Amino acid sequence: MLTDPLPLQLAAELFPNGISRYAVGGMLVGLGVVVIYIGTGIPAGASTFLESTLSYVSGQSRFQRYVSSRDWRLVFTLGIVLGGLAFAATVQSGVITTSLYEPGTTGELYELGGITLWLTAVQPWRLFLGGVLVGIGTRIGKGCTSGHGVCGVGSASKTSLVGVATFLLVAIATAQIVAALGVSP
Amino acid sequence: MSESGRHPLFVPLVLVGGLIFGFGLGFSHMARPEVVLNFLQFEDLGLPFVMFGAAIVSGIAFWAMPRIRDSAPLTGDRYERRLKSFDKNVLIGGAIFGVGWGLSGICPGAAYASLGIGNVTILWALAGMFVGAYLQGYWRSR
Repeated sequence: MLTDPLPLQLAAELFPNGISRYAVGGMLVGLGVVVIYIGTGIPAGASTFLESTLSYVSGQSRFQRYVSSRDWRLVFTLGIVLGGLAFAATVQSGVITTSLYEPGTTGELYELGGITLWLTAVQPWRLFLGGVLVGIGTRIGKGCTSGHGVCGVGSASKTSLVGVATFLLVAIATAQIVAALGVSP
Repeated sequence: MSESGRHPLFVPLVLVGGLIFGFGLGFSHMARPEVVLNFLQFEDLGLPFVMFGAAIVSGIAFWAMPRIRDSAPLTGDRYERRLKSFDKNVLIGGAIFGVGWGLSGICPGAAYASLGIGNVTILWALAGMFVGAYLQGYWRSR
């Protein structure tokens, strides 16, 4: 029997879905940031939207400081949602096929109006409780995966590098503990 | 910047940027919590290619634009890098975010894109994020 050389076996084990969908998707995320930055000078992050949108319904000073940016942040988020939908209607639906995209086997696909959509199998309590902590932590910690992870790291900001190292290590520990406790998915 | 004094292309450009950003989160499968959790459990190490791929692309613009032009055409704002001051909140908030991210596999931008790919279940996470953002804002506004 022929077996692949060790480096290939190792790569297949560490990257069962290859790396192209990750690298290409990441470059597109970066391109979205760049388009906004070149036109406006703003390095946009995703989590400020949570507080800026709360300024519509709450007079708390923490939210009111974002009043001047709340309308475009709403548009940015709407764009992200529609961008996800555009991906679903094209690549996820198989209308556009490329060898750079590995469809994978997570979750559950379903059809609606000719578009292939996707549902997570992760339990709602994990999403909700995790969401609460993400809402608290990203705002206290001055950024999320896009603000610190993309714009901050792209700016070679020491604060953001420390922020990313912190949430990455804590997230790895948390996910490992949750999995060890038998919670799945 | 005031809402009235804005360039007419400001909001359309933000929409286009968001569209590309969201498409990328869909393509990279970051909009799927399972794939993020698989990374955190060391079952598929692809995620850093997303974060660093995006950081490198944006980093080129953050480096180049201040050297090419003084200010952005649609706002007149100076091109600056994203630099935030460091204090203990970066560690405390980062750790809280890390627990939430590790438990749910979802972060804010990916949650918005997840809704777009049809994952209505992610509304649980979005509701949670608004609750969390409200709680910290309520505490910190006092």
